[in-house]
Amino acid sequence: MENLFGLIDCNNFYVSCERAFRPALEGRPIVVLSNNDGNVVARSNESKALGITMGMPFFKARPIIERHGVTWFSSNYALYGDLSRRVFDTIDGFVPALEHYSIDEAFVHFDGGHQTEDARDIRSTVRKWTGIPVSVGIGPTKVLAKVASAIAKRRPEYGGVVDLSGPDVDRHLADFDVADVWGIGPRYARFLKSGGEDNGEQPDLWEASGLPPVLRKQKIETALELSRCPDAWVRKHLTIRGLRLVWELRGISCLPLEVFEKPRKGLCCSRSFGRPVTTIEDLGEALAMYCARGGEKLRRQRLAASHLTVFVSTSRFQQNPKEVYSGAASWQLPFPTSYTPAIIAAARELLARIYKPGFIYHKAGVFLTDIVADAERQQSLLLRIDDERRIRLMEAIDGINRKYGRHMVRPLAMGYDRSWEMRRGRLSGRYTTRLEEVLKVRAC
Amino acid sequence: MMRVRTDELRVTSVSLPEASERFRLPLYLCRVSAGFPSPAGDYVESNIDLNEWLIGNKLATYIVRVEGDSMAGEIHSGDRLIVDRSLEPRNRDVVVACIDGEMIVKRLLVEDGRCLLAADNPEYPPVEIDGDRELIIWGVVTHGIRRLR
Repeated sequence: MENLFGLIDCNNFYVSCERAFRPALEGRPIVVLSNNDGNVVARSNESKALGITMGMPFFKARPIIERHGVTWFSSNYALYGDLSRRVFDTIDGFVPALEHYSIDEAFVHFDGGHQTEDARDIRSTVRKWTGIPVSVGIGPTKVLAKVASAIAKRRPEYGGVVDLSGPDVDRHLADFDVADVWGIGPRYARFLKSGGEDNGEQPDLWEASGLPPVLRKQKIETALELSRCPDAWVRKHLTIRGLRLVWELRGISCLPLEVFEKPRKGLCCSRSFGRPVTTIEDLGEALAMYCARGGEKLRRQRLAASHLTVFVSTSRFQQNPKEVYSGAASWQLPFPTSYTPAIIAAARELLARIYKPGFIYHKAGVFLTDIVADAERQQSLLLRIDDERRIRLMEAIDGINRKYGRHMVRPLAMGYDRSWEMRRGRLSGRYTTRLEEVLKVRAC
Repeated sequence: MMRVRTDELRVTSVSLPEASERFRLPLYLCRVSAGFPSPAGDYVESNIDLNEWLIGNKLATYIVRVEGDSMAGEIHSGDRLIVDRSLEPRNRDVVVACIDGEMIVKRLLVEDGRCLLAADNPEYPPVEIDGDRELIIWGVVTHGIRRLR
């Protein structure tokens, strides 16, 4: 049998991580907030049903949260990162190849013939070992696997596994909104659904396609309609990437599994201190400055990084071995970023892990690695990108700093006073990465 | 089930299953006598790896901390337990369970098709599991770890 693609997606991942250690919250409404408890970044199905939307500011969601007794959490990336690793390492044992796509999704290959059985095994094993529910979409291409997984999430009657490798694929595609197809952004969706009315060239192309008039100038509402569009027209209006996507919808695989990590290119910002530094606060401020500089460098070259390493060390001229220490720790960011506050937040987490009191630190720094070009990540169907508002904010800050001098506008984390402290009103335990924060079980 | 033989080895810390650093103690096959240039190095056979010893399935293993004395006898308040979620619970296993919204540690007893969650400490009555109470067996406890100094 041919090789099939699968997309395995953790359901409401951050919420499921919180539930894994508090099973009593199963079936109850939960939300997880972004850094600084600003916005809703994850919702349980019960919270979605209450009308809490993705990205809703906390203050707007608060009345609903209080009225309905919704449990809310600050985001606990240490926990989510570790559970993500456990989930995908577990899956890795079942499949011939796996591509990490994001913190809560992976593409896999299935051996054809028993793919739905394999998918069900994966689902129940991941659930048992990690407590995380996953959905599995199967198809002859990545785009179809992604469609299948969206259907699996939306329609619980399929038991979390949908296989589009069979003959009923058209029936599902006819029922699938074109706007939800992977890689079709809101702008393309609007264009397709308008029937091309805002584009004078279209009738000619329809003509050129040689289709009977009844098919011309139709609004494209569903994935099936898109898959039946003529190649020339797709290429003209949706570019070559759109054409690949349409071919994938037709079951012709154009996007391979990317199992090999891209070669690492990196940039490093580090410095020796002008004076001895002993406290974690001072180290944190120094690292924040290196992160700000690193972010700036990335943005100047139109790059983004998805891996961060932080290191601290005592002087290499230190003679007494009891006073020598150096520590380093790394973090895989959920997606490539050049957004300074995101880099700083991750660096602070890492510093807390490696900092040891009682040493005189001489040097600290950050490495930003796994670097991709902006253009590459905007064009790629495979990478998420920074929020538009964040990009504009960083552009504005860089503009001011270029004009009025470096660090004219800077993150408060770099210091002035110590008021910058990540607000995390309700952080659950880092149950799997900190011995002092493991789950408490009662014996009474 | 306590498997830490405290007369042989004092367990003072345990790395998490995923920790990259491994706790290695060289295991020698011969006695080393003082004052003699021992060729013991030739006999270094392997290392005792506590992770390997204490953790069967690292992807499904979690560490929890006990609060309370209902399991007194083998498990005491403050002990760390190693819990494997991939194991199927059997009769007389110590399990972590969620009952009425609380995470508890108890001994699972299966008798004549009845399910009991019993405390080792006789002062605590067992909890019978029937259809009315929602019970989730969260994981099976494989080891207990206690600091002795």
